[in-house]
Amino acid sequence: MQIIKDKQIIDDTWSYIADDAELKAGDISVSLIRWKQDKQQLLAHVGKLGVRIGPADSVDDIAPDLKDIQLIELDFPDFADGRLFSHAWLLRGRYDYQGEIRATGHYMPDQVFYLSRVGVNAFKPEKTEDMPIILSHLNDFTVKYQNSIN
Amino acid sequence: MYQYNDKDQTLVDERVAQFRRQTEQFLKGDISEDQYRALRLRNGLYIQTHAPMLRIAGPYGLLNSKQLRKLGHIARNYDKNYCHFTTRQNIQFNWPKLEEVPDILAELASVQMHAIQTSGNCMRNTTSDHLAGVCIDEIEDPRPYCEIIRQWTTLHPEFDYLPRKFKIAVSGALHDRAATQFHDIGLHLVKNDAGEVGFKVLVGGGLGRTPVIGQMIKPYLEKKHLLSYLEAILRIYNLFGRRDNKYKARIKILVKESGMDKFSKLVEQEWLLIRDGNELSEDRINAMKAQFVPPDYEPDAAQDTSFAQQQLDNKAFATWVKYNTADHKIPGYRAAFLSLKAPDSPPGDMTDVQLDAVADLTDKYSFGEIRVTHRQNLILADVKQADLFALWQQLDTLKLATPNIGTVTDMICCPGLDFCSLANAGSIGVAKEINEALDDMDYIHDIGDLKINMSGCMNGCAHQSVGHIGILGVDKKGAEWYQLTLGGSSENEAAIGERLGPAVAKDQVTKAITTILDVYIKQRLDDESFLDMVNRVGITPFKEQVYADN
Repeated sequence: MQIIKDKQIIDDTWSYIADDAELKAGDISVSLIRWKQDKQQLLAHVGKLGVRIGPADSVDDIAPDLKDIQLIELDFPDFADGRLFSHAWLLRGRYDYQGEIRATGHYMPDQVFYLSRVGVNAFKPEKTEDMPIILSHLNDFTVKYQNSIN
Repeated sequence: MYQYNDKDQTLVDERVAQFRRQTEQFLKGDISEDQYRALRLRNGLYIQTHAPMLRIAGPYGLLNSKQLRKLGHIARNYDKNYCHFTTRQNIQFNWPKLEEVPDILAELASVQMHAIQTSGNCMRNTTSDHLAGVCIDEIEDPRPYCEIIRQWTTLHPEFDYLPRKFKIAVSGALHDRAATQFHDIGLHLVKNDAGEVGFKVLVGGGLGRTPVIGQMIKPYLEKKHLLSYLEAILRIYNLFGRRDNKYKARIKILVKESGMDKFSKLVEQEWLLIRDGNELSEDRINAMKAQFVPPDYEPDAAQDTSFAQQQLDNKAFATWVKYNTADHKIPGYRAAFLSLKAPDSPPGDMTDVQLDAVADLTDKYSFGEIRVTHRQNLILADVKQADLFALWQQLDTLKLATPNIGTVTDMICCPGLDFCSLANAGSIGVAKEINEALDDMDYIHDIGDLKINMSGCMNGCAHQSVGHIGILGVDKKGAEWYQLTLGGSSENEAAIGERLGPAVAKDQVTKAITTILDVYIKQRLDDESFLDMVNRVGITPFKEQVYADN
């Protein structure tokens, strides 16, 4: 599986581990619930760590742990749920998070310009054929009115 | 008036290109119906009963003659020769073809107009006082701040997928003509004890299904903090506003359910974290003010004597001056309303011929600029008193001089069941019938200041809940019925109208209205206005008469 990161198509090295599944080798991401529950075990894991958050999760909850987390996945249940845009802004703007922020799930390719402006730097496409569309939509506008992250 | 720079123009051009591409993809089946809906709404495009409806932004109501001509051109070439002005100072076309909408948007971009964020769950067009910059009760011209807010809200990356729509209104005068107490955020320019001008901030007001009067969240906000404070409110709303039920998703519900204390604490906390480093600079404010400098008024305009004489000589002209013009801060000038409430025309509608002709009048008499009022009329804000007679004659020929501004026939009316897919009942037909029943101008003038607002459904686009008389269309087993309310107001003494009683049948609405007016005429004290009387006596005397036969 490939994704887009920093406007490049790259191979995805990450696996998402469901809450009831065993951890496996390599770069893994888990839900916020699992992160809180199994934090000590996860910190001992060999490989990078990521946390997947949804719109209802609070970024404040994960803020103290950000130094141990290399990937935050913003998982869209529905493209219309705009809370994840604020989560991205808070991660970058308030908590100065420098790792990867990746959009996953049901966001629209037509939202990637805004997502990139609030600090999302990676996109997992819903369909492989969306890849070039996402790359192109990242450049929909050359001007902007507001300060944000980018 | 604000003139686009290269950045503004690039932004609207790129937006047109983006929407053209999105529409092509949708027509090819590459974008789902659901996704395209969200995208088209953010470009003002609704799918309505008969055809799409395109809502175009009138930034705080301000238009120039070139833009009017473009609207006329669009009405002629893409629609059925008319457009509709709305209560939020926007412009609507009711018959565009979906595949032509990108072309219409390109036409608009060529005259510095757009339809960005005129619908959808995002920040909408900022509205303001139609007398901004010319009224005699102004603390400061709100338009430079409106434009700063317009730019900040446009394509805001973080706040484009809010729980629900979000509306901001700004007033700079003592008299609130922008219904700021009924907006998600209402801003009032006010003076503090030191004589400095800043903003009083209201939050959580709104109309629609659950009308709520906004509450003050900040008595005085320094101008430099305007955008950081808006950002704080929007972030709290975006994060915590309800998304489980669209009827409970407006910020007014969040404010109500959290309580104002808790809500304002959350906002304050957020604001303190983002405030510093995000200030609006003096330079930015001054540069924006420079875009709204007053036109070159003639210093000797007040020396004209013809105006007084013409009023003495011509009663019809004098009546028009009395009802359809407003005081101006510059002696010798007045603001002149164009009534879009002629008896035989749907409220707020204008034809392509009228648009073109008014564009010429705008150039000739009012420095090329015109405003949309939120009672769905237009206003030429800067007319020399010596020109008013000639202007009146030409407006009369165009059927735009009905002397009814602020009177009972100056009704606010939504498109209703005739055009809107949300409506439960017709409104244009009922407005026409009421208008026909009230054909005696002397009677109308005797009634005086009375605002009737009529919506064809609970969504309340015509602000019926704040009409002195509100009429709300409801569906009762497939038939159109109308709920009446009395005593609402969107001005300083903001109030939500009280329900008169059971809904009345369509053929009884006009009779109910004339009965209400008769009760007023009979029971008012001296020069008591309708609203004052309702506040004094309550609804009972009206109720007794309207339901007398039942």
